Order: sequence, then C-alpha cells, then structure tokens
Amino acid sequence: MSTNYRVIGTRPIRHDGADKVTGRALYGADINLAGMLHGYVLRSPHAHAIIKRIDTAKARALDGVKAVVTAADFPVTPDRIVDLGEGETPLSCIRGNVLASGKVLYRGHAVAAVAAINTHIAEEAVKLIEVEYEVLPAVLTAPEAMAEGASILHDTLKTKELGEQTGRVSNVAEHFRHTMGDVAKGFADATVIVERTFDTATVHQGYIEPHNATALWNNDGRVHVWCSTQGSFVVRDTIACVLDLPVSQVKVTPMEIGGGFGGKIPVYLEPVAALLSKMSGRPVKIVMSRKDVFEGSGPTPGSHTRVKMGVNAEGKITAAEATLAFEAGAYPGAMVGPAAMTVFAAYDVANVTIDGYDVVVNKPSTAAYRAPGAPNAAFATEQVVDEIAEKLGMDPIDLRLKNAAKEGTRRADGPKFRKIGCVEVLQAMKASEHYRSELGGPNRGRGVAVGFWFNVGLPSSVTISVNADGTVNLVEGSTDIGGTRTSIAMQAAEVLGITAEQVRPTVVDTDSVGFTGVTGGSRTTFATGMAAYEAAQDVVRQMKERAAKIWETTADAVALDAGVFSHEGKQFTFAELAEKLGSTGGPVVGRGAVNPRGAGGSFAGVVVDVEVDPETGKTTILRFTSVQDAGKAIHPSYVEGQMQGGSVQGIGWALNEEYYMNTEGTMTNSSLLDYRMPTALDLPMIETIIVEVPNPSHPFGVRGVGEANIVPPTPAIANALYRALGGGVRLTRLPMNPPAVMRAVWSKAN
Amino acid sequence: MKWFDYAAPASLAEALQLRAAHPQALLLAGGTDLLVQMKNGRRQPDVVIDIKKVPELNALSIDAAGALTLGAAVACHRVYQDAAVRKHWPALAETAEIIGGIQIQGRASIGGNLCNAAPSADSVPLLIAMGGTCRIAGPAGERPLAVEDFCIAPGRNALAAGEMLVSLHIPAPAAHSGVHYLRFIPRNEMDIAVVGVGAQVVLNNGNFQSARIALASVAPTPLFVRAAGDGLAGKPVNEESIQAAAEAAAAAATPITDMRGTAEYRRHLCGVLTLRALEAAIRQAKGSH
Repeated sequence: MSTNYRVIGTRPIRHDGADKVTGRALYGADINLAGMLHGYVLRSPHAHAIIKRIDTAKARALDGVKAVVTAADFPVTPDRIVDLGEGETPLSCIRGNVLASGKVLYRGHAVAAVAAINTHIAEEAVKLIEVEYEVLPAVLTAPEAMAEGASILHDTLKTKELGEQTGRVSNVAEHFRHTMGDVAKGFADATVIVERTFDTATVHQGYIEPHNATALWNNDGRVHVWCSTQGSFVVRDTIACVLDLPVSQVKVTPMEIGGGFGGKIPVYLEPVAALLSKMSGRPVKIVMSRKDVFEGSGPTPGSHTRVKMGVNAEGKITAAEATLAFEAGAYPGAMVGPAAMTVFAAYDVANVTIDGYDVVVNKPSTAAYRAPGAPNAAFATEQVVDEIAEKLGMDPIDLRLKNAAKEGTRRADGPKFRKIGCVEVLQAMKASEHYRSELGGPNRGRGVAVGFWFNVGLPSSVTISVNADGTVNLVEGSTDIGGTRTSIAMQAAEVLGITAEQVRPTVVDTDSVGFTGVTGGSRTTFATGMAAYEAAQDVVRQMKERAAKIWETTADAVALDAGVFSHEGKQFTFAELAEKLGSTGGPVVGRGAVNPRGAGGSFAGVVVDVEVDPETGKTTILRFTSVQDAGKAIHPSYVEGQMQGGSVQGIGWALNEEYYMNTEGTMTNSSLLDYRMPTALDLPMIETIIVEVPNPSHPFGVRGVGEANIVPPTPAIANALYRALGGGVRLTRLPMNPPAVMRAVWSKAN
Repeated sequence: MKWFDYAAPASLAEALQLRAAHPQALLLAGGTDLLVQMKNGRRQPDVVIDIKKVPELNALSIDAAGALTLGAAVACHRVYQDAAVRKHWPALAETAEIIGGIQIQGRASIGGNLCNAAPSADSVPLLIAMGGTCRIAGPAGERPLAVEDFCIAPGRNALAAGEMLVSLHIPAPAAHSGVHYLRFIPRNEMDIAVVGVGAQVVLNNGNFQSARIALASVAPTPLFVRAAGDGLAGKPVNEESIQAAAEAAAAAATPITDMRGTAEYRRHLCGVLTLRALEAAIRQAKGSH
C-alpha cells in the first residue's frame, strides 16, 4: 500500500459547499408539493396512562381537515422480530412508538395525527380529539423502575436473565453479564481499590434541524417519502414493515440533513404522513417543533453505574467490576450493550465482571447518540482510574499507558483487539504542548481521559460513470452529515488519478442506488469509501481494456500511474481516454458493493483545563485538546471537525445539558433556551491532534472518526473539576452544573 | 396559532381607542415574547395592536433636567447604540446588550421586557435600581407609576383595562453615583437569569448617601429590596456594609427550585451577586464626578 497519496490527506473544498453557504441546499422542510396538506401530531400529556377511548369525530368535522389517523389505522399483522439496522426489535414496539396503542408510555408519545389544509387548522383539529386516559404512576429512573412494586410499563415484557427467559414480568428487559478471569483473586491482589457509583442524566443529541417527513401515497399504491434521515434504506424498510408493504413499493428520498448524531436513525413521522396521505389522497408534510423533538424523539439513556477497580503497587490493574443500569425509555433497547463492551475497553485487565441492565422507564424511547452508551460508561471508569492514579501518586496518563489495551488484548465481552491506537493516543496526549504547559492561576484544574468506540461496517453501494470530459459522476446512498460526499469522492479520485473536484458525488434515493446502511457507527468514510474504492477499481479495469483495445494489447499490459494510462511509450491521460469511450465500446460505469468487516475501532483522548468560580459554581473551559486515532485522515479538516463537534457535545453533556423532569414525568426545559447546549461563547477553540494508526482492513487505513471523540470529555472535565476544587470531592453525577459544583464546594466546607 | 386581526395605529389616541374597543387585544412591540406565547398557545388574542408606529412609544430623548425618556417600543439596539445613553446610563446600555442575541435586540424593547412581567426580566431590576417611573396612558388619562410597582404577578402587570405603557423615565444620574446590573447564567449568553441584581449607589465622602437594590428570578415578580439599600445609607463604604446589604438582599429573596436552579443555590447567588453588583456600582461612583 503506497502512502504517497495525491488526494488523500489534502483539504479540498466540499462539493456541497456552494449550496450550503448560499442556502440553496434543500432540506425536508423545504419540500412543497402541489395540493400538499400539513400534518400535526397529538401527543400524550401524561408520562404513563391507559388509553381508554379516542374520539376523533370533532376533529374530522372541522373545516379544512382531510384525514385523521390513530394506531387503529395500522394494518393488523402478527408481531415479529425485525432488524432494521439498530438491532433486533419487535415490530409492535416500532409501531407502538410511531402511534401509541392501548397505553401511552411517555409524555409526548404520539397518539393521533391530523392532516389539514394548513398547519394552524391541523393544530386546532388535534385539540378537538378526545382521549380518555387512566393515568398510572410514572417511573422515571432505572433504580425507580427496578424497585419492588414499581409501576410496570409493559405487562408482556418478561425479564431475560443471563441469557435465560425467566417469565417474570418487570421493567428490566434484560440482565446480562460478561466475565473473565477471577475477579475475587484480582481484588485480593490489589493494594488500592476504588469503588464509586455514577449517574448521568438523559440528554438529547441536539441536532438543529427538527424531524420532518413528507409522504405521497400515489394512486398506483407506491409510497414516496422525503425526509431527514441518516439512512434512507432504514426508513424505507421501516415504513414497509410498519405499513405491511413490500419494500419495492416504498421510495425514500433523503433530503439534506441538519444533524443527526444517531437520533435520525429511528422513524417517527414517516409512516404517519404516509397513512394520512393514503386517507386524503394528497401529499402530507409533518414537521416537528423543538418541543416535539425533545419530548417525542429519542434522546440517549440516563444511567446509573457502579465501577470498582483494583490496582497493585506497581500500578497494574488487577481487577475491574462494573454494574450498568441504563434507561431504555419506553421500549427495551437502552445502549447498555455497547456501554458494557466499552466500559473497560481502554485497559488490559485479566479479571473482569460486567453486569448490564436494560430498563424501561416512562421517558421517550432512547435512540443512538454518538458512541451510544460509551460516554456514560467512561464517565465512571475514567474517574475511578483518575482516583487510583492520585492514590498511587502516578501521572494519570502514565497509569493509563501502563495498562493500555493493545493488539491482542482481550475484552471481557469476548473479542481480542486487532491493531488499535490506544497507546499512540495516550502518547500524543502526554507529548502535547497542552499537557506540558503550566496551568497558572487559582481555582484551576487539568483533567485527562480516554475513550473507545468500535465503529461498524455494514453494506454500501456506489456507482461511478465516466464523463467524456475526463470527470466522473459518483452515485451513493449515504446521507452526508460530516462531509462524506467529499471524503468518499477523494478515495475514488485517488484510485482514478484525478482530482477531488473532478469527481461529482451525489446522494440519491432508494430507487437509484444499491442498498446502503445508515450514516452511523462512524462507517461512511470507511465502508462507502470502500465501495467507492471498489467502483473506481472497476472503472480502472474497464478503462485499461479500452486503452488495450486502441493499443492492440491486453488490459494487464496497460499501466495507470498518476492519472496517465500507458503502454510501451504510448499514453493517454484519464481525460484523453475518457473522450474515446464512445468509439471503443460505449460508456464506462464502475460499480462497488461491499459489506466490509474489519471496521477499525478508534480511541480518543482529552486534555482539558477548567477554572471554577468557587462563589457561583460556574465552570469555564480554559483549554481543550482532543486527540483521536483516525487510522488515516482522508480529509483532515473533516476529521478535525468531527473531533471538535464531539468535544463540544461532550462539554455540553458535562456541564449543563439534561432532561429536567418534574415528578409527573414532564420535561420542563424542552426548549433550546433552557436545555442549555453550549454556544460558541462558552467554548475555547477546540485543539485537535490527529493520530494515524492505519486500519489494515481498509485500502487507505481509514478508521471511523465520528464517535470516539465524545467519550472522554465528560470524565476529563470531572477530573479537571476535582483538581480545580482542590481535591477531596468528586462530582459523580451529570450534569456538573453550577448548583452541583456549589454543592460540592459546600460539602468540602462542611 | 389561531387567526387574529392586526392593527397598527399611528397615534397614541388611535392606539387607546383600539385598546378600548378590543379588550382581548394584545399589544405588540418587538414581539419577542408575545409571538412565542401565541405560538405555544399561552396567549390567544383576537386582535394584535402593533404599537411601533406610535411616535411617543419610539421616543428616546433627554430633557433639560438630564432625565431620560425611553419610549415603550424602543428596541434594545437603539438603546445601546445611543451615545448619550452609553455616557450617562452605561448600565442601561450594557443590560440592553445582554438581552437575547443580536436578532432579538433588533426587535425587543425595554418597555416590552417590563410589560411581559417575567420575574427574570433583565432590565427590570436595573430600572428599579435607577428609580425609573412608568408613564401609563388609559381611558381616564395618564398616570405615573414607579417601576417597582408595575409587575404584580408572574406574567401580570399593573395596567388596568384599556391602559398601556407609553414610556419609561429615568432620572439624571446623581453626582458620585454608580449603577450596575449583574446576572448569573450557566452559559455566557443567550440564557435566562438564574439570579439578577440591579444596584445603584450614591456616595458622599466615603459613606453611602443612598442605595437601591433589586433582584430578578427570586420572587414571583422582580423584587425591590428597599431595606437592603436603605440599610446602607450613612454607612461607610467598606466590606462590612456591603456584606450586610448582600445578606439582607439574600434574606429577602423567596426563590423556588426549577430547571434553572435550586432555591438554596439561588438564595446563595443573591448574596454573591448583590455584593459584586454593589462593588461594581461603587467603582463607577468613585470614577464619576
């Protein structure tokens, strides 16, 4: 593998840049079709209630209303387990979350929807729908839901205990365990043991663009949906499942996306808009309000975690134990699985036990959020490791280096790491100018932490057509969230020996490209990039055949170097040969379709300096450095952008963000004013250090970079706060907002 | 949002006539509170009366005695871009500059901030500290009202049926006086005060001549803590007096726990911010002539 790249590692201007900066890019809310109706969703005012009766007659009678839908309008099919890219889920749960049936399980749960000639009439009509509820007690946290006598969400949910079905109805969907070695012996060998419990609040991904969907159920029975999604094929397949249609009857056009971070993988509005369109015979558009987004889409789980770690006098971790109870929200599927797989992933420990609990609570059904589960787990582990380093009097990076996972290290959940960059990330943190700089000033503290995310493969398809002017059109199905049109085009350009600008990438609908998985799991530059690589190789193969035909030789005798085809002193540039395709056999179209294994896991680290106002409890982030193993940074600017974005979301998660719930289960801060994501004024410039430990399973060495960067910020900030407060008191609950910091200050004073 | 009629009177008389004719009507200045409340259904007016075209509500002038008249619809950006306001009432300019973001400041008015009667309104503790008065016009003529008496409950003000706020009046700054507004927000901008404190001091030979302190977000209305300020009169300007005033302010607060902060934390902040606001006002007073 040559590393003397011409395109890879450069920073060309993104292909969608002009449309984005001029406001011409089309998002879902921009869709406006002839005769289009506007939908509005009725949402539950209760966190937990039985639906006794729904009467829509008055809403239907309102002038301007064209259709009203409830769960009773779904096709009746037997329940079954479906896998739509987010793991195995009962179809009844997916349908139940789209429109509540029998019970509402969280405040904001969709109950019914109206389509009318404008939004205002639809909104008024929704108020005319009469729903009779029998309100039940709500359970809002994992410990509450797990307690004896807790109010039960699903009377059909039976606990799976260590792989066995117990038949016992509870709010615990599953309890699983990973174990290896002898934990009791490991702790017996330890000279220092630290054990603490940690809690994290429910937080939202906070994408700026609300969910939206427009659907047209055409007269031929074909359904066309335009929406904001991370995965058009997932939307297609989900609609097909929910509405009991063959996938070929559904076409999904992914519009530009204003952020997703995992939260735009699930489907909420699309089947509702489709049913309303079927009933009214007209296209129907539904757009969520910000309040709907907070209350009715999927945040990331709140969690309750216990971590215990032991270390011997030499600083070798001898045992580690974790119990993770995660709030799935209304339906099973909290991201406790990946949390358990990442909780000790950065460390080589022989004796480990990890218990995970997937617990349903009366909050919105949770969705993925950037390395889902891993930040919750790291908030616990990385603080315990920090405390151990302090007790041993060791530098916290040295302690981590001494125990760092490497190629061959086995995780408690089974797999052995292949080539990874944990050590290299830690070394880069230690060598950074930031880590070696003076902190300066009172009430300041520095913290470090590391984190891991697996990344995934999944299918991707790409076609490349050669134009007569020597450019190519690249067709793909991956929603472009982080600049992937360009990072994919660059991989094709590298193979073809042309520039990134000479590749024109387009993201198309589900009828126009082969199956492509979600833009998620940091997979797009890796997997769709690999499909582009394959498609470009296919183009090269065909182009060589054309050159061979002209030069009357064989294709394997034709060389391609730096965009020039040659054979025995004769040569064509890529453009010269492209011009001759018509006369040598017709168009050249390359195809790449992959389902790669070998996604390279990524480690990330943070060095952060904070200053605390000990009178108000306000934390200022003075300096923040994000370090991440990218494998190979195809477009370094976009890698840095991912690192900065994940860091900022981590800072928000650490300091202020939370679903502030009242005792009835209503989120009282469901606006961007009170949800308090950080703004540019709350942040320093996020410094970045890209580490490159190539992934041997990708032609250019790519690892995904979208997620690992959000894992270490919360514990790094907690560790920095610990020192800024002069030691002695740890913040073990997120968010570490000013009142929480003040409580810590007061607890020290007492 | 429900249908509503819209009217844009060009004179105060016309505005008052419309107000009398439509008792359910609501007044629109910048609309930065009203439109949000209409969208979320909290307010459903049948008529919206846009008062931005009424000359008296757009006045920004200084009279012969050096007092400021601020029309009720004057947007924040006019306040903080006005050279005379920046010179004589710098705290007013600074406060107008922290209400919302720049787009909000292009529309939102100080008068609207007062009429909305939110306990957290940033400008209200400052107006109270500065000894501001309201000019109110109604069917029975005009009346003045001290700013501290204007807000009567969360979201409710002292305007009677048919009345409207025309303008605010701020006295000329006294010699050796200083004014400061300070709020605590978890973020650095675009946030609602967890606690806000407005403080005005007048100094005389190393002593306080007078002081006025008002608080935001710690009571059902912006809270004038008269006793905390009065207690400073005649006292020497030192840490002990300031600390006593801060404690008195904190003791007068009746905060609640909500998503913006706990009661305990807010009460604590009252003391911290009162102290800091007084110190800033004193610094300004010492620098003024």
